[in-house]
Amino acid sequence: MEARTSVITKRLSGVHRIIAVASGKGGVGKSMVASTLALHLASQGKKVGLLDLDFYGPSCHVILGVHDAAPVEEKGLLPPMVHDIRFMSLVFFTQDKPAPLRGEDISNVILEILAITQWGPLDYLIIDMPPGLGEETLDLIRYIKRLEFVIVTTPSQVSMSAVKKLLLLLQDLKAPVLGVIENMNMHPSTMVQKEVKALKLPYRGSLSFDSQLENALGDADQLVRTPFMNQLAGVSKKLSF
Amino acid sequence: MHEWALAESIITTALDVAKKEHLKTITQVTIHIGELQQIEREIFTFALKESAALYPKKFPKISFQLKTEKSTLQCNSCLHEWAFQDMKKKLNEDTSEAIHFIPEVIFVHTRCPTCGSPDFSIKKGRGVTVSSIKGTR
Repeated sequence: MEARTSVITKRLSGVHRIIAVASGKGGVGKSMVASTLALHLASQGKKVGLLDLDFYGPSCHVILGVHDAAPVEEKGLLPPMVHDIRFMSLVFFTQDKPAPLRGEDISNVILEILAITQWGPLDYLIIDMPPGLGEETLDLIRYIKRLEFVIVTTPSQVSMSAVKKLLLLLQDLKAPVLGVIENMNMHPSTMVQKEVKALKLPYRGSLSFDSQLENALGDADQLVRTPFMNQLAGVSKKLSF
Repeated sequence: MHEWALAESIITTALDVAKKEHLKTITQVTIHIGELQQIEREIFTFALKESAALYPKKFPKISFQLKTEKSTLQCNSCLHEWAFQDMKKKLNEDTSEAIHFIPEVIFVHTRCPTCGSPDFSIKKGRGVTVSSIKGTR
């Protein structure tokens, strides 16, 4: 009898809503959306946690400029506060080295992190998901019954093709999808909106490609002043956050 | 995994089983611990007793049996096998602690001692399981 699964519900009992930011494809800006959504909600006075579950390419610590922060041992692990966000990432245990993990190993890491992290009372826990349809998505849906999904894509047929597969899977798993966000939009296009509506799912808006974003990475004060952040605030309203 | 967090997991699991099996009290819990978890037995036993004491009616007199499973790691490239204990002495404190919290980061911080490959498997010695629970109805 696996001992770690039973305590996960308890660990998350103080979290009001748990939001997974996911995509079927890499490179669409999930981590950027997850990190800046967490920043935005924290700036609105909400109690926010951010969990980076992209074990192969963790990025939230880069986006937020996390330095010299580490979880504190207190009957489990207390995630450090970073820009008013409780932040947890595997990167705290890997010293930013590559993490070559196979299927069962990924599931075990997810179990450990969920079982030992003491989130405390939060309005939102934002989870930055890795790309794809693998263990992480299936395990999280299994362990967190009230998980809600926000899906990110770019206005590219290649991205949308992969994202559609994830959306269909989530529908099969009866996982609630709060909406699809179109990121890095450079030209007017209705392709994503049409595809999402054909699946009878909510389209929550478009985020334009922002050339200022790259230079703002690692600097939360600069990030919140970018046009991207302004647009994200609008999308956040459409998601009823 | 942290001893206190693990103890809480064990007690929560035991309470879940007691509910399903309609046990009035729980008298014994047998726990198998993988060596990779690097659990400090004394701290863990103390944490178990303290966590159980929060439910005096369910655990009026509880005995915890702890069994450790030795680790076996095997390289998928050269098939060499080794134990975590063999390499533990060479790890610095930060790395050892990281593996204590998340055992799977052993893949990040160590390599096959024979061929240096990062592609190896944990055959034995991971995880924490409750193998049996005894109680009264």
